[in-house]
Amino acid sequence: MDCLALRDGLFFGNQVVSGLATGGVYALVALGLVLIYKATQVVNFAQGDLLLLGAYVGWALTSVGLPFPVAFSLTLVLAAAGGLAVERLILRRMIGSPLIAVIIVTLGLSSMLRGVVFLVAGTEVRRFPEDVFGGPPVEVGPVLVPQIHAWALAIAAAAVAVLALFFRYSRQGVALRAAADDQQAAMSMGIRISRTFALSWGLSASVAAIGGILLGNLSGVNFTLADLGQQVFPVAILGGLDSLAGAIVGGLLIGVLQSVASGYVDPCVGGGLRDVVPFFALVVILMVRPRGLFGRAQIERV
Amino acid sequence: MLAALYVAVPALASAYQVYVLSTILVACIGALGLNLLTGYAGQVSIGQGGFLGVGAFTSALLASRTGVPFWLSVPAAGLVTALVGLVFGLPSARIKGLYLAIATLAAQVIIQWTLSRPAIAGGGSVAAPRPGVLQDDRIYYLVVLSVALLAVAFARNVLRTRVGRALVAVRDHEVAPAMIGVDVAQHKLLAFGLSALYAGIAGALLGHLGRAVTVEQFQLDLSIQYLAMIVIGGLGSLPGSILGALFVTLLPILLRAAVAPIDGLLPGSAAMVLSSVQVFLFGLIIVVCMAVEPRGLARLWARLGGALTR
Repeated sequence: MDCLALRDGLFFGNQVVSGLATGGVYALVALGLVLIYKATQVVNFAQGDLLLLGAYVGWALTSVGLPFPVAFSLTLVLAAAGGLAVERLILRRMIGSPLIAVIIVTLGLSSMLRGVVFLVAGTEVRRFPEDVFGGPPVEVGPVLVPQIHAWALAIAAAAVAVLALFFRYSRQGVALRAAADDQQAAMSMGIRISRTFALSWGLSASVAAIGGILLGNLSGVNFTLADLGQQVFPVAILGGLDSLAGAIVGGLLIGVLQSVASGYVDPCVGGGLRDVVPFFALVVILMVRPRGLFGRAQIERV
Repeated sequence: MLAALYVAVPALASAYQVYVLSTILVACIGALGLNLLTGYAGQVSIGQGGFLGVGAFTSALLASRTGVPFWLSVPAAGLVTALVGLVFGLPSARIKGLYLAIATLAAQVIIQWTLSRPAIAGGGSVAAPRPGVLQDDRIYYLVVLSVALLAVAFARNVLRTRVGRALVAVRDHEVAPAMIGVDVAQHKLLAFGLSALYAGIAGALLGHLGRAVTVEQFQLDLSIQYLAMIVIGGLGSLPGSILGALFVTLLPILLRAAVAPIDGLLPGSAAMVLSSVQVFLFGLIIVVCMAVEPRGLARLWARLGGALTR
């Protein structure tokens, strides 16, 4: 393949579609990151590793024979429990500590998760059972979309929709949004902040796990999922660290950017663009508009 | 104390021990740099591993591809790394600290990718030769020791000046110093540049210590290791950086010794097990230290009235 070769529109279409699929997943996982940031002011540097862990747990459950939907749901529950445990055991001890300390703790947590996964799982690529998302490709105009891409996008979109409904209509969801917007005001309305903290971590871990399972289906379960998990940061910065809508738009944009960039430019630079282009974009965003597309200006000002 | 380090050690220690000591000293330099940024200026950085890589590769490439002598290539590597650091620090100087943290992640990823381009390393390693007189590990150790001592002295002096106090003020209250005329952005940048300079020199020395550099040496895990060093030693403590560097550098060696006997019983190779246990342990150390005693080993040492704190 030649550098920057302008192939036909079909190639472009394929790149965009697969980019949207991974992008949808990024959007979902980034929602978790934004959620924790909004609720607790903390940037959870372990979010990508939660994705990694979720993928492995999900795979492990399917490999012992559980049907996929069961494995999926069980992973979700386990992830939520894990997130709650982390919040309860570690984060809660840090209340009152400076923000920098909490961020460092999430970095430590991230390392712990990576170490555990690597120790238990090693380096081989694991695959989810083929029959889960097998089947003929879906036709969208001239483009043939592999089933897995369509499903990944659909499931991610469904999860986002469920979250949106949760935030809009359930008491806990509204309380979470209130606490995220203005902690003091929420407390004066009787909202238990510790509960919103716990909820945000539980939800984030769950969406990260969903993301992990979906990406694991898309590109195999192995250590490089950690690199994909890292993309959640450029996504959140692009969309705006405190914007839920931004996470969605940012995710889709980054997904497509990755896909198109690696499709067209990889041959020029010896490959590897998929993982690094979003970070180039991140640096540009920080220079040009740090708050991202939908973030509030106050979040960036010193 | 100095006499012991300069004379007794090369005379009495084995070549391997001297090598380990040199590694520890390199880590001290890198840890000092990171502590200036994170412990004193209060900006989290997870790019230290990448910056060490920039230093290592710059010096190695200068020495092996263009024949620049060691005495020039190492400082040059430090300067180049400082510049690279400033490039990544610039966007985030005027905005909240956590954006700098994310920018350092970007730095780590971008640097890793850049260093692994075929044009740089041809997919393998770059040789980092030492000049004739430094071939002996013991003599190289003396050079590294001297640089490390310089690094400590420089850091102590910086911190004693107005600049140093300004850095601490920036860490503690990002808004208040601005009101009394301290240019927050400038000082954040300065701290960032300094820490990258230290990392560059440390990386260059490390490269020549091992006589070759590869990208695999400078990944995110190395950045986390450096973070562990300053967390264990105590954020914002110079002697702590040294203690932390010592501890974190020795830990893998101790681990290797501990794992060796059960090598055959483990799934996967011992190297993989070691690597993952290490990664896990460093993370655990960071979490436990930050949750329990953010002031680290240095506080323990101070309580014992150690000489280093004076």
